[in-house]
Amino acid sequence: MIYGTLATSLIALLIAVPVSFGIALFLTELSPAWLKRPLGTAIELLAAIPSIVYGMWGLLVFGPILATWVQSPLQKLLTGVPYLGALVSGPPVGIGILSAGIILAIMIIPFIASVMRDVFEVTPALLKESAYGLGSTTWEVVTQVVLPYTKAGVLGGIMLGLGRALGETMAVTFVIGNMNQLNSLSVFEAANSIASALANEFAEAGEGLHQASLIYLGLVLFFITFVVLSLSKILLARMQRSEGAKS
Amino acid sequence: MNDHTRSQMAAFDDARLAKFQSRRRVNQLALFMAMSAMAFGLVWLIWILWETLRLGLSGLTWVALTEMTPAPNDPGGLANAIYGSLLMVGCATFIGTPIGVMAGVYLAEYSPKSLLSSVTRFVNDILLSAPSIVIGLFVYTLVVARFKSFSGWAGVVALSLIVIPVVIRTTENMLQLVPAGLREAAYALGTPKWKVILGITLRAARAGVVTGILLAVARISGETAPLLFTALSNQFWTSSLSEPMASLPVTIFKFAMSPYQNWQELAWAGVFLITVAVLGLNILARVLTRREH
Repeated sequence: MIYGTLATSLIALLIAVPVSFGIALFLTELSPAWLKRPLGTAIELLAAIPSIVYGMWGLLVFGPILATWVQSPLQKLLTGVPYLGALVSGPPVGIGILSAGIILAIMIIPFIASVMRDVFEVTPALLKESAYGLGSTTWEVVTQVVLPYTKAGVLGGIMLGLGRALGETMAVTFVIGNMNQLNSLSVFEAANSIASALANEFAEAGEGLHQASLIYLGLVLFFITFVVLSLSKILLARMQRSEGAKS
Repeated sequence: MNDHTRSQMAAFDDARLAKFQSRRRVNQLALFMAMSAMAFGLVWLIWILWETLRLGLSGLTWVALTEMTPAPNDPGGLANAIYGSLLMVGCATFIGTPIGVMAGVYLAEYSPKSLLSSVTRFVNDILLSAPSIVIGLFVYTLVVARFKSFSGWAGVVALSLIVIPVVIRTTENMLQLVPAGLREAAYALGTPKWKVILGITLRAARAGVVTGILLAVARISGETAPLLFTALSNQFWTSSLSEPMASLPVTIFKFAMSPYQNWQELAWAGVFLITVAVLGLNILARVLTRREH
């Protein structure tokens, strides 16, 4: 279960971080001023959609599409290839670690993107303009001026997203498949995450060991997210402090 | 200048041009990727909204709004779930808002820098993004296990625990935006502190505080996880908070995972209702803040 939690969150981060970076870059450097607000709002609305809606959409709409258009071709392509073949074995039914990871990615993109956008915006215009004045391209300005300046903030944002992904319950419960054994490393295999195990089993758990172990799982989950969120908080606070010192 | 140096310079120019062009290509590629990332994000939003509209509207009939939740393959609606949701969200907001606003006032006005308030702020931020299912567990052990029964009250407690941090956070931020000059002017007239807060700062930050409350309401109306094992669910109409109570999100969860056609249709109708309510509240909150600034 811990594996399921970590694997889904990892996939989510792999997808969400570059995409959020792109979105933040677009919103701060490229977008025309009149588009900034509506687009920013649209991305934030993505965060407002309740997770149960994501879950249902993922199970009934997205899952089947993923199964036919992504999983089957990938399986055909990679079966027999060592390591990669093991990663894609299992029934391509559209529920499992991969789908859960993708849905989680969509859910945490707005969080990471809005933190990134906010910290990108505090980069002093003077620094950026000097770099442009020396003939840098936009990409160079962002990677070599803005990113080093906002490193702590960006990391904090990613941590925040990770915290969200780890604790997300409903959307994952819908699509992860809820299987309590770990018998292959395939990302198509049904698995279980801590939060979804709790959601599924707790209400029916009998007194005694079953209930106690589920509460213990809750503790583990809370501990992991507490650590991740504290880290994110500290990084963001440091960002603010250094900004105060410089201005 | 002889031929030798001239060819050297030409080679140098070529190298520079090549470098410039590769830099330009990298830049263009990166900017293109940024734009596709933006498009990628928007596509999901539009896709999800579209599916919700398409599948939700067809299930949304008068029966769906007025009948009780049915047995599999029987006709029925979501009335008791909608009522339960409204009741629990209402009570939770009623309990959570005063606590949140007061705590926010304390943090912003009474002791912005003390140890107690920085600890509160830290814990509050953690609580703000703590997994909601853990809150459900907590309330289960606190309320359900003690009274030996699932109840609407337990659901209310869980939801208000989610409301409080959101309201604290926005109240504090909004109060900090009130210019110090306003406060000082009031103090200079000899106004007592409580009156300054009630009459000046809270009034000045009114729109912001209301926004925070709206956002909190939006957040809890979509929450499923903390209700799963606090309020549980109920097939029948109940207006007593001390019994297990149906709520829209939990009902959706139960119905969507089921293989029955009519349950799934009802679940889509419920998803549509929730999405409209939550997005509506969010947009309303945004409009409110924009008018203020």
